[in-house]
Amino acid sequence: MLKRLLFVCMFCLLGSGAFAQAAAAEEVIVSGSTTVLPVMQVAGEAFMAANPDVTLSISGGGSGNGIKALNEGLCAVAMSSRDIKESELAEGKANGINATRFAIAVDALLPIVNPENPIRDLSAQQLRDIYSGKISNWKELGGKDENIVVISRDTSSGTYETWAELIMKGEKIQARALLQTSNGAVSQIVSTNSKAIGYIGLGYLNDSIVALTMEGKVGNAETALNKSWPLSRELYVFTNGEPKDGVKKLIDYLLDPRKGQKAVLESGYVPISK
Amino acid sequence: MQMQQANGLINKAKGRPPRTAGSLREAIIRRLLGAAAACSLLFLALIVIFLCLEGLPAFQHLPISEFFLGMDWYPTSEPAEFGIFPLIAGSAVVTLLASALAIPLGVMTAVWLTEIAPSSLRRICKPFIELLAAIPSVVIGLFGMVVIAPILQNYFGADTGLNLLNAGLMLAFMSVPTICSVSEDSLYAVPPALREASLALGATRWQTTWRVVLPAAFSGIGTACMLGMSRSIGETMVVLMVAGGAGIIPISIFDPVRPMPAAIAAEIAEAPFQGEHYYVLFAIGIVLFAFTMLFNIIAQHITENNKRVAD
Amino acid sequence: MSGTTLNSSGLNTFEAKHSRSGKRMLTEKVMFMLLRLAAVVNIAALLIVVGFIFWNGLPALSWEFLTEPPRKAMTAGGIWPCIVGTALLALGSLMVAFPLGVASAVYLNEYAGRSPFTRYIRLAVNNLAGVPSIVFGLFGMSFFVIYCGLGISLLSGVLTLAVLILPMIISTSEEALRQVPRSYREASFALGAAQSQTIARVVLPAALPGMLTGAILSLARAAGETAVIMFTAVVYFSTSTLDSPLSPVMALPNHIYVLATSGTDIAKTLPMQYSASLVLLFLVLGMNIVAIIVRDRLQKNRAR
Repeated sequence: MLKRLLFVCMFCLLGSGAFAQAAAAEEVIVSGSTTVLPVMQVAGEAFMAANPDVTLSISGGGSGNGIKALNEGLCAVAMSSRDIKESELAEGKANGINATRFAIAVDALLPIVNPENPIRDLSAQQLRDIYSGKISNWKELGGKDENIVVISRDTSSGTYETWAELIMKGEKIQARALLQTSNGAVSQIVSTNSKAIGYIGLGYLNDSIVALTMEGKVGNAETALNKSWPLSRELYVFTNGEPKDGVKKLIDYLLDPRKGQKAVLESGYVPISK
Repeated sequence: MQMQQANGLINKAKGRPPRTAGSLREAIIRRLLGAAAACSLLFLALIVIFLCLEGLPAFQHLPISEFFLGMDWYPTSEPAEFGIFPLIAGSAVVTLLASALAIPLGVMTAVWLTEIAPSSLRRICKPFIELLAAIPSVVIGLFGMVVIAPILQNYFGADTGLNLLNAGLMLAFMSVPTICSVSEDSLYAVPPALREASLALGATRWQTTWRVVLPAAFSGIGTACMLGMSRSIGETMVVLMVAGGAGIIPISIFDPVRPMPAAIAAEIAEAPFQGEHYYVLFAIGIVLFAFTMLFNIIAQHITENNKRVAD
Repeated sequence: MSGTTLNSSGLNTFEAKHSRSGKRMLTEKVMFMLLRLAAVVNIAALLIVVGFIFWNGLPALSWEFLTEPPRKAMTAGGIWPCIVGTALLALGSLMVAFPLGVASAVYLNEYAGRSPFTRYIRLAVNNLAGVPSIVFGLFGMSFFVIYCGLGISLLSGVLTLAVLILPMIISTSEEALRQVPRSYREASFALGAAQSQTIARVVLPAALPGMLTGAILSLARAAGETAVIMFTAVVYFSTSTLDSPLSPVMALPNHIYVLATSGTDIAKTLPMQYSASLVLLFLVLGMNIVAIIVRDRLQKNRAR
């Protein structure tokens, strides 16, 4: 009985080993933040057209996921909407991976509401109270007498962490908040629900939702770059050590003002080099 | 799928072919086939082993009572809180709601198919029910998002259309075919002689169905309900897409919930590898696995008891 | 399914003679109405979902949509890589699980008696069938992707899906084997054939159509599965033509999920969501319809 089981195990492992021998062409796997994803998609298409010898596989999953995948050697380029944490850096070192940072764009987080909602401006304090649950009706902010439906990102996304750090300042987001897995989902829900409030990256803004101003300040490319918009952050990609071969080509492409940085602009973010 | 599973449960006793002269070749073939059959056992064992391997370390730092009874699910704040009670409550309520809708609907459809429908109509309708089972869950999730959610929001005054009710409706949808086909099998298995005897005593067809056929098929219908619930509690894509994803204990049917499979699916990709959050998500996987095992074991138990009675 | 209901028209005359109380007839009418309604609700549900997807998905469907990769952050282009990925995942898992499942079924039905070993196997098959897909996903991720080192790849997805559909193949194959009359086997034995010869030459050919039905249903199940492949096989976006079983793929169900929840501009991708759903529905329902037709033929042949 036991022998039989062992035999089956061996068989399975041998089989998979044989497959593993098959050779792969140069393929660069990119993974991570959904905030950086649109840039990578737009730039990636043009990049692959210009470099037919390199193919890209791009997946989202969030900043933490991307860095995790980099540390495990599962991807060559990790996209992240936040800086790497000490713990993550140490984890990579333990696996012999030396995460190297490249800032590729600047992004602004924007609080958004449905166009039917009359509210157009909120203070950081009001946003904090809404998200912590202290304010639960739009009436309290001068809007309609309707419950506020709070939309937030999943707790492990870089966007969430930025929001938690810059707006919540240590206070907890209420448990009633609808947690969504991506910027796109937040924007989609807010665009179909007049009671909803959410937050997204600048690149996800479209006509079906309205960005709020904060105490009169407008969040856009200019204010993000000169840091006057309080909710701005840099977007990064991480590689293992100094980039080589296909990865180097990709990073160079991304940082080139006439190539990758144009994709940054097209995706609605602010180019970091001109 | 569960239909076949139930067919497997009802293992008809049958004669064995005579043993032929035991040549070496025959013995080897027998062993090889046995090894293939053992694979299922091996896979189930591997699933349990790997769930435990990745899930049990969660309890090194986290007391089990805090895990099950904790009210707050804040897996990434500092310090993190891993109370899965709201998630269990979400799963339980969604499953109950789905079952409350799907069990009557499924059983009634099965009764209609076996007891009332003329055979020509049955031959047309049965494939439809089977096709309902075949719709991929992601398509049903999409339907819930783009059709049901706006309806709930605009016409029923729900704050958000992505809520308990929506998830319950969509899950009911998915478990009806399971419940229907397993119930149907057990209704077929009721000997026609019972029906004939009842009708001969002057009972109407409805009385025969209600007082004779349904009680006779009761255990099979019980199995059907268990398998249906097992399917509801384990379904992932639908609850991920339409349940709303708020980790609260629902008070109204319009409250958003975060059932266990949704929490795993949404967070596992972003949880740091073999960090505490990762371990806890696998621990939730163990809980989910235990729940579905429980439903399946009850279903098997019912079937086996019934077999004993029938023998 | 051995259908043995009474002929309904015969029953009606029977009742007409014997029913005395009008109240009883009224209850019966009302209850039967309710039962009929339940069936109608089910069928209507199916038609509404399928109809909705057809209605909305058909306009954006075109040859280009089927044969091109996605472009412009998924707001343009097509779904070709997803179709390829889904086909490879489903066919691959069937190629792994079908031989294994048929061998298991042959062992369980033809060789093994009622030993504790077979009891445990049956128990395992039944329980494996009930494991939620997300748990398969977790297992595939921790075992195939990380422990076996296969990474997020076609191969990991194929193997995980194979485990998922294995119980389904075993039980449908067993059912098919059970339908082969004993006399076939006895005739073969009487001619002096060994058991393995009997199985290979007589029993399997007779059971093959039934097994194929099960295989098609499993194929459809594997093609429509999302939660299992999410962490084991698929990526969001890849234009690489598949060069090794170790590269990740795109797949239709995951693509629909991604378009519905994480697109850059979800409103713009809506027509593509519907069209991709339509293609998936077409594949899955098509396979099921084929399976149903095959089974119907079989039953008719058997009845003859």
